[in-house]
Amino acid sequence: MTNLSRRTLLQAMGTGALATALASLPTFAQDRTAIRIGYAVSKTGANAGGAGISTIPNYLLWVDDVNKAGGLELSKLGVTLPLEVTEYDDRSSAEETVRAIERLATQDNVDFILPSWGTGSNLAAGPTFDRFGFPQLAGTAVTDMAPQLAQRWKNSFWFLGGGHDYANALVNLLVKQRDAGAINNKVAIASVADGFGIDLSKAATPAFEAAGFELVYDKTYPLGTSDFAPIINEVSGLGVDTFVAFSYPPDTFALTQQAVVANFSPKVFYLGVGTAFPIYPNVAGPNHNGVMGVGGIDPDSEAIAAYFERHTALVGQAPDSWASAVTYASLEILGQAITRVGDLDKSAVAAEIASGEFDTILGKVKLVDNQLRALWTVGQWQDGKFVGLAHTEGKAAREPVVPKPAWVPAS
Amino acid sequence: MILLVSLLALAALAAVPFFVGAYPLGLGIGILGYGALATAWALFSGPTRYISLATVAFFGIGAYTVAVLADLMPYPLVLLCAALIGLVVALLVGLATLRLAGIYFVIFTFGLAELVRQLVTYYEVNVTRTLGRYVFLPIGPEHIYWQLLGLLAVTLALAFWISRAKIGLALRVIGDDPVVASHLGVRITRTKLALFSLSAVAMTLAGAIQAPRWTYIEPSIVFNPTVSFLTVIMALLGGPNRLFGPLLGAVPLFLLFEWLSANFPNHYSIILGLLFIAIVFLLPNGVLAAWDKFAARLKNKEASA
Repeated sequence: MTNLSRRTLLQAMGTGALATALASLPTFAQDRTAIRIGYAVSKTGANAGGAGISTIPNYLLWVDDVNKAGGLELSKLGVTLPLEVTEYDDRSSAEETVRAIERLATQDNVDFILPSWGTGSNLAAGPTFDRFGFPQLAGTAVTDMAPQLAQRWKNSFWFLGGGHDYANALVNLLVKQRDAGAINNKVAIASVADGFGIDLSKAATPAFEAAGFELVYDKTYPLGTSDFAPIINEVSGLGVDTFVAFSYPPDTFALTQQAVVANFSPKVFYLGVGTAFPIYPNVAGPNHNGVMGVGGIDPDSEAIAAYFERHTALVGQAPDSWASAVTYASLEILGQAITRVGDLDKSAVAAEIASGEFDTILGKVKLVDNQLRALWTVGQWQDGKFVGLAHTEGKAAREPVVPKPAWVPAS
Repeated sequence: MILLVSLLALAALAAVPFFVGAYPLGLGIGILGYGALATAWALFSGPTRYISLATVAFFGIGAYTVAVLADLMPYPLVLLCAALIGLVVALLVGLATLRLAGIYFVIFTFGLAELVRQLVTYYEVNVTRTLGRYVFLPIGPEHIYWQLLGLLAVTLALAFWISRAKIGLALRVIGDDPVVASHLGVRITRTKLALFSLSAVAMTLAGAIQAPRWTYIEPSIVFNPTVSFLTVIMALLGGPNRLFGPLLGAVPLFLLFEWLSANFPNHYSIILGLLFIAIVFLLPNGVLAAWDKFAARLKNKEASA
């Protein structure tokens, strides 16, 4: 027994040491032929859906766009280099995300790292990005902690705002409608019992109450709920003109269908993540028209229209109308910051991102305290586009259509 | 002699963070984390042959305890609280269910992990109204590495002691035949409960120690059932009845997973599934048992030649 265990111990240590040694062989210095971009995204697991819509296509598109244009010019090095990608699957695990970034930073020696999808993975990756000094462009993290996080991790940039931004914008919009007499005072809220739903409902409930709305229904439903008949049936008898669901994609689609089936057609029908997805009109059919949700785009922007076209051509489907354009804009900012700095100095690029003004598909963008504060917060499907109704800077692309058209009964 | 070698090995491993970069250190944390989990799992499941899928329930409880208490008290006290909570839960659960056997126990433990996750979610959603929690502790990867190393060493020492002590013998008898054990006067439930709780405390601590690495904790992150499955497969590969068996399963498997995800990011899950099937079919008793068998065959050949 003693003999055996000692031997096994040595074996185990030997295997470990060998593998570690193999893994830590340095990549040989070579003449630079490309700017190395690395990312670990969730290709499998719980986050794969979100990553597959908002994150991965935009990474692909940006690399494609930059390389088609010949690459990025590095004036201090006197070269223009294309982008070269190293990608991993973090399998929707926070531990995997952290280790993949360590691998990208120290084994693959990439020049810049793009983050994974979602609030949780961006927060999990924060300390690691910070330790290696990489700028972190969190295009898909919604957190009210963004100001504190940006202070804690100086090279982190937060592009998608916090729960309060979206909740308050919705309440302000509804106050105007109520005061104009378009809707009554009663509101029903159903939220998914998970990060996004809780964050938004936590912000929305007091905001609605402070605005004098009567919350006749304010409940959560468990993640993974598939039967929404009880919720819709209960709410439809309460006489509300406004139905708000801080929901996730499968629920967003199911809630729409259930509301149509039950012929519950409130004047304002607002849903969460998934409303802005390009497939929503396919799911809801003619009934997508007038549905509100989180996000939005500027339907009159030529840059956005061109971006939708390029995205559709490369990926095969249109981008979503919330985080996609923001994610793409964050990459444009990275590219322009690299060109302006003229080499691959991470901290200089981060400093430029923090202080510079950039020309993106969202228009001219300048970050405030490492955050993008110019955000579309409430959108509505109008004429086949998910148009922005409210913006953190107070502008609106379109006027809200209230009441929305009545449901066309499901055939 | 054994003690000396163990201490030397421990000292060598403890010095690792001074010599390696961030990525090997990250690998080390992963290996030690799963090594500790697999060893703790085998502590109870090895001798009793009760396949438990509750690993992640305790792992997650540990991580959540740190997330909740990190701001309220000093870190060592937080770890102590985590261990206590893990112990209490294990005792409660154990008292209620260790009379179950076979497949019922497997199903129950799997359900337990889901139950704990749903309870935490329910509490966070309805009482605190925050689902994600932030853990900002000034604890770097090297500290996590050292703590996990300590946890693994203690768990191994415990496993070593148990294998020599009366309770270890009692457990093996229970694993072989519970009826015989009770006729021999072994207090079956009490013995199982003691081991189940010890193993659960180690798992809880493994979760608690790793929590600061993620910064952000939510139920879907820390109650990920994959952790339970990986732990079982690692322990089974190495051989759950040997002291270093689980560790010997954890090290190569973890490195293999890492190699697969670095080189085959798009086929990882497929290869992993095939691998699991291969392990169960080809090495049902673990690598060490297979090695013994192989060595015995060699000996026989030599003897007959």
